Amino acid sequence: MTLAEKILAAHSGKDKVSPGELINVRVDLVLSNDITAPISIREFERLGVDRVFDPHKIVLVPDHFTPNKDIPSAIQAKMTREFARAQGTLYYEVGRVGIGHVLLPEQGLVLPGDVVVGADSHTVTYGALGAFATGMGSTDIAVAMATGEVWMRVPPTIKFVYHGKPREWVGGKDLILHTIGDIGVDGATYMAMEFHGEAIAGLPLSGRFTMANMAVEAGAKAGLFRVDDKTLEYVTPRAGRPFTSYESDPDAQYERVVEYDISNLEPQVAFPHLPSNVKPVSQARDIKIDQAVIGSCTNGWLEDLQVAAQILAGRQVHPEVRCIIIPGSQQVYLEALKEGLVESFIQAGAVVSAPTCGPCLGGHMGVLAPGERAIATTNRNFVGRMGHPQSEVYLAGPAVAAASAVLGRIASPEEVLS
Amino acid sequence: MKLKGKAHKYGANVNTDVILPARYLNVSDPQELAKHCMEDIDGEFLGRMRPGDIIVATANFGSGSSREHAPTAIKATGISCVIASSFARIFFRNAINIGLPLLECAQAAEVTDMGDELEVELARGEITNLTKGLKFQAKPYPEFMLELIEKGGLIEYTKQRLATGRS
Repeated sequence: MTLAEKILAAHSGKDKVSPGELINVRVDLVLSNDITAPISIREFERLGVDRVFDPHKIVLVPDHFTPNKDIPSAIQAKMTREFARAQGTLYYEVGRVGIGHVLLPEQGLVLPGDVVVGADSHTVTYGALGAFATGMGSTDIAVAMATGEVWMRVPPTIKFVYHGKPREWVGGKDLILHTIGDIGVDGATYMAMEFHGEAIAGLPLSGRFTMANMAVEAGAKAGLFRVDDKTLEYVTPRAGRPFTSYESDPDAQYERVVEYDISNLEPQVAFPHLPSNVKPVSQARDIKIDQAVIGSCTNGWLEDLQVAAQILAGRQVHPEVRCIIIPGSQQVYLEALKEGLVESFIQAGAVVSAPTCGPCLGGHMGVLAPGERAIATTNRNFVGRMGHPQSEVYLAGPAVAAASAVLGRIASPEEVLS
Repeated sequence: MKLKGKAHKYGANVNTDVILPARYLNVSDPQELAKHCMEDIDGEFLGRMRPGDIIVATANFGSGSSREHAPTAIKATGISCVIASSFARIFFRNAINIGLPLLECAQAAEVTDMGDELEVELARGEITNLTKGLKFQAKPYPEFMLELIEKGGLIEYTKQRLATGRS
């Protein structure tokens, strides 16, 4: 069995599962946020169930339109908070909350071998820890909150192997953009993606979170990594309960195996309006930008801010660019402050925001006007994603985003540093 | 059940951001959401569509965000079903859960043009393009999903399961 199949078998009381099989899966954690929870709560109430199945396995994270951006958002956040209090579920208030997909691993709420479902498509992020994590809609999550179970079709798995050592400034974002550019935005629909290879072994956890996070941009149900020493180093001090590290069998059956040699891979940029519209940064010259966003559940980790600071420290954001930096959690923010990163950003002329999904989905904290263009370390560049439908989003990693902020056009880090 | 209406035709990768832009996610009332359905891909959709009409698109309809607001908005406009070459997985689950019928049929999706008159026999998955005089067969649902649809969506299905003591 593959990693995904092993986790699903263990959570459905079976010795073995096969792709295509419909199973009932026991979940270890259920997630909802301030825009999806209100519908989950309404549907939960329709079920006629009084209590959630286990309040310690349900986490409500007000991260999208918070700190509340307007009155309707405040009402939705209030509904979410009141349900959490009434049911005694896990809940993180503004001031403690981060972007859920950064916060939950940091708090030790997701561990290897878990099954996690969330009313948020980027729930797939936790696959970086060797968990099976997938996004669903609010109604599925309402049922999961009530019963602790969801139905699933066991996905086939595609194995991706990354050979070689990445060049300087090439990170998880570049590997996953390259992959989506190759297989397309529906290249892994209904499937699990399993990531292997020398380049993956060398990747810090933050880069693995970035890759797993964008598995959904290829249509995947989950993106999984095997548990190694780096995973254990991250997880062990955080884990408040036992966990199981599963590993794919040597004779596991894969839908297909895709191999890349990434030794010469340049930093990648996804052009509007699909995450698969990917080109190397050298082919993205003379594209003027109005805004650079560094953050989000894709690249809001401390390591991402460290990369951005290497480029921004001692330099100035281009006078015609708004550079918005959003740490993924309060912990990331605090570490960035202690390391002097925040000071470098402010001196460079960037703004540093409270953790929020904010501009990634055109919510607040950096919405674009018609005709404006942003480079962003976020995950989607669809029409209207960051604001007006006539605005444009280019996706890249933190190194390219920071370099672009300095030069006022899409640029590679080498152009700034030379 | 027989559905009949005009086709509103789109291409590949119609994502949930263009079906229901995130700037409207600060509310969850279906009728409010319906006022912005398809706004970022087709500003004329709401003026043109009539209840019973059918959305037709090619591959990967409903990709991107998990927002259930997207199928909810489509359903609340009065669209009777969506026909596509393929659907993104979260959208597929969401639509079935809330009772928006979907039909997967690449041939029908490809030949249908904007404004074609369509007739759909849901239970049998039969699609007829009356304008072009062509008949198509959609991919059948797995048995479990048929049961879910027959019970009236996931909430009703789960209520019955809980009532009969099956966990």
